[in-house]
Amino acid sequence: MMNLDVQSTVSLASYVGAGFCIGLGAIGAALGEGYTAGFACEGISQNTKKSGDIMKNMLVGQAVAESAAIFALVIAILLIFTDPGMVLTLLSASSAIGAGLCMGIGAIGSGIGSGFPAGQCCLGLSRQPAVSGKLTTNMLIGSAVCQTPAIFSMVVSLMLLFMDFSKLPLNPNWAALIGAGLSTGLAAIGSGMGGGMAAGSSCQGIARNPGTTGPVTTTMLIGQAVSQTPAIFGLLVSFILMFKGFPESTSLAAAMAPLAAGICMGFGGIGPGIGNGFTAQYAVTWVARNIEEAGALTRTMLVGQAVSQSTAIYAMVVSLVLVFVL
Amino acid sequence: MEITGVDLMKAAAYLGAGIAMGLGAIGPGVGEGFVGGKACEAIGRKPNEAGLLTRTMLVGQAVSESTGIYSLVVALLLLFVV
Repeated sequence: MMNLDVQSTVSLASYVGAGFCIGLGAIGAALGEGYTAGFACEGISQNTKKSGDIMKNMLVGQAVAESAAIFALVIAILLIFTDPGMVLTLLSASSAIGAGLCMGIGAIGSGIGSGFPAGQCCLGLSRQPAVSGKLTTNMLIGSAVCQTPAIFSMVVSLMLLFMDFSKLPLNPNWAALIGAGLSTGLAAIGSGMGGGMAAGSSCQGIARNPGTTGPVTTTMLIGQAVSQTPAIFGLLVSFILMFKGFPESTSLAAAMAPLAAGICMGFGGIGPGIGNGFTAQYAVTWVARNIEEAGALTRTMLVGQAVSQSTAIYAMVVSLVLVFVL
Repeated sequence: MEITGVDLMKAAAYLGAGIAMGLGAIGPGVGEGFVGGKACEAIGRKPNEAGLLTRTMLVGQAVSESTGIYSLVVALLLLFVV
């Protein structure tokens, strides 16, 4: 094994991190934009006269989905070119990898999720061109909420890149920084997709029943808000891992504990995020179809989402035990 | 760093606990969410049956939760007993 000096190791880690960052980050936005374009084609085939409006709407929706990939590109370029201007230690290498993984993985869910409302909006425009204003507004609101997990990931990546970790001892903290990246990045997958599912069905519902715009948007926002909670748990565990300076230790176990905490909360956020999205999706669809039952539907949605959230809470408990008790 | 037998066991146990609870949370999350969604659909179609439908939803979600509980148990075993 060659003996690399610190600067080379950090550069090595930065380049690998940049690769993961944009490689993974490109997945979600492309999938979401493809979904949007597919439904735009279907919409144009059903209502050729409105093809100009549908195309414009498709491009706007795709631009919002693209933003997650742009965040990933920015972080990748920062990883390749920036000199953070601080004392480099081997910890900078692990924070570079953590930052790359965080933004790369975190962009997947938001990219896919933002594609759903845009696609349904294009389809809805073809069926009900008269409500294009409401549909576009709803699509933009829904997509914007859907981008929040990618924004959380970018915040954590920027913190990992630019915060000064040089005072911390190398041994457990190299794993804590990678765990911090994984925690937010992975949890963002579920929340991004879940928020998008709710937004998609809200655009579909408004196209079917334009009179129900108010309650549908409200239910969508409530459903999306609950759907974002796993990403917030992930963000919380990331902050704990970054800010709790783990004391020096020579054992491998002390390093595996924070890494395992990050993996646990990260993966643990995926399922509940998507599940909450399913629940919100059907609740919003049926608020649009049966407006009198909006109250009962919202209540049922919240109960269902709360039960679905339970495994995210188990994952957070196990993460916190790994960080604080062991 | 010196990696001894006990240390390696503990490191593997912690990593295993994290993977167990992490991956184990995916399935119940998606499954229970799907149940919740279909229950909302059913209540939208037949609001009069809201009580029965909510009960069915909760029973279904509880069964779906079982594998998540197995993961939690294994994670806790790995953390505290091994």
